[in-house]
Amino acid sequence: MGNREQFQSELNQIKEEIIKLSTASEEALMQSIDALYNLDVVLAEQVLEHDKEIDRRERVINDKTILLIAKQQPVATDLRRLVIALQITNDIERMADNAKNIAKSTLHLGEDHHLSIHQGIKEMRDMAIDMNHTAMHAFQYEDISIAGKLSEMDDKVDKLYEGIIHDLLSETATNPEKIQYVMQMAFSARYIERFADHITNIGESILYLVKGESFKLN
Amino acid sequence: MITAEKPLQRKQSDPQPASSIIETRHLIISYGPTVAVDNVSLLFRKNSITALIGPSGCGKSTFLRSINRMNDIIPSARYEGDIIYEDVNLLDKNIDVTALRKEIGMVFQKPNPFAKSIYNNIAHALKFYNIKKKKKLDELVEDSLRKAALWDEVKDRLHDSAYSLSGGQQQRLCIARTLAMKPNVILLDEPSSALDPIANAKIEELIIQLKKHYTIIIVTHNMQQASRISDETAFFLNGHVIEHGETNQLFMNPVQKETEAYISGKFG
Repeated sequence: MGNREQFQSELNQIKEEIIKLSTASEEALMQSIDALYNLDVVLAEQVLEHDKEIDRRERVINDKTILLIAKQQPVATDLRRLVIALQITNDIERMADNAKNIAKSTLHLGEDHHLSIHQGIKEMRDMAIDMNHTAMHAFQYEDISIAGKLSEMDDKVDKLYEGIIHDLLSETATNPEKIQYVMQMAFSARYIERFADHITNIGESILYLVKGESFKLN
Repeated sequence: MITAEKPLQRKQSDPQPASSIIETRHLIISYGPTVAVDNVSLLFRKNSITALIGPSGCGKSTFLRSINRMNDIIPSARYEGDIIYEDVNLLDKNIDVTALRKEIGMVFQKPNPFAKSIYNNIAHALKFYNIKKKKKLDELVEDSLRKAALWDEVKDRLHDSAYSLSGGQQQRLCIARTLAMKPNVILLDEPSSALDPIANAKIEELIIQLKKHYTIIIVTHNMQQASRISDETAFFLNGHVIEHGETNQLFMNPVQKETEAYISGKFG
């Protein structure tokens, strides 16, 4: 196998591991929201535990990427491919941290409250997961037209977030005793909104890869 | 006889842009029926380092050698177009090639010191230019060796054979010999490809330092070297310049797909 084939093979492996890591972060979000709606502290604890594995996998991908830069000293698009691999892996790890924070909110609320969870949270989650699929599709095929869609998707998540916060503030005014619940709901909505922001960062990384210059999607 | 006082005879050509020192205009170089350099127009800025890159046989060395008329020794070599150096067309048949090579010096891939002492490697050329007083020679030898970052390593053994030096030191001696002629431009043809990484690093540091006082054009097969030391890079392919621009831009985001493929190791 020549140098070039070796480089391509290792690059493809890194890419595959990144896509798998994003699936793991997405699962963490799914489980953390499930735990929140079902007041499932056991599942919330599992999300916290799985996050350590996501952190470990992030370090493995980073080490492989840095080693490949050192060994092959790539330039131009190949160099950008590896630079964005580091950025995207970091974003995915931060996405998982947000899922972990939602799980922590579930633990704060505990099992014995009798409050319904705002339906908008589920809607935000679905949007964020849709965004993640879009981002990974764009990443896999290095397709900037797909990556560009993330901007509009993120705007919808932001709007939904604002709506939820508005509802929660109204609730505090009428039911001040619900402050703990309201805070954890607001935090959770904020964590999904941040989750989506990191996906938008992934879109920006793909634009940088293809165009060679920085773009803002949000 | 050529003397040190005899400058390159200047016959005005079309003026160049102010910041440039050398400009080729539609330069074509052929060896018999083979066109090695095909319609190349490039501009070299004063006190800058330009790297010429490209696969073997792309014409970059032929182009470099044409700048101080080294190709003249090949009987079948023919030129068309212009090479303008400080408003003089170097392809003018009346050009004094020896005077030209004083102003535009060249260092080759393999170190080629004379079979003489370290001191005489430099003094020999100076004597040729009628500098014979020992004090003056001593001064110029030291000055050249200092500029080539070799003085500290050889000052106590100036009369040892140049062949006693390591490959990297021999190459710096060759650079010192070129500097002794007080050139404006230095052409380097893969100057460190035969050297180990430490010697290579010293040559690269030296080239960067020399930029303050000289204009440097370097042919290199080492992409990392080109990206580390040069301000501008020109990519040659099949005798044409495919892309020429700032090195940072060319190595981070080349415009032409052939450039991207070459610098990424996809061919060559």
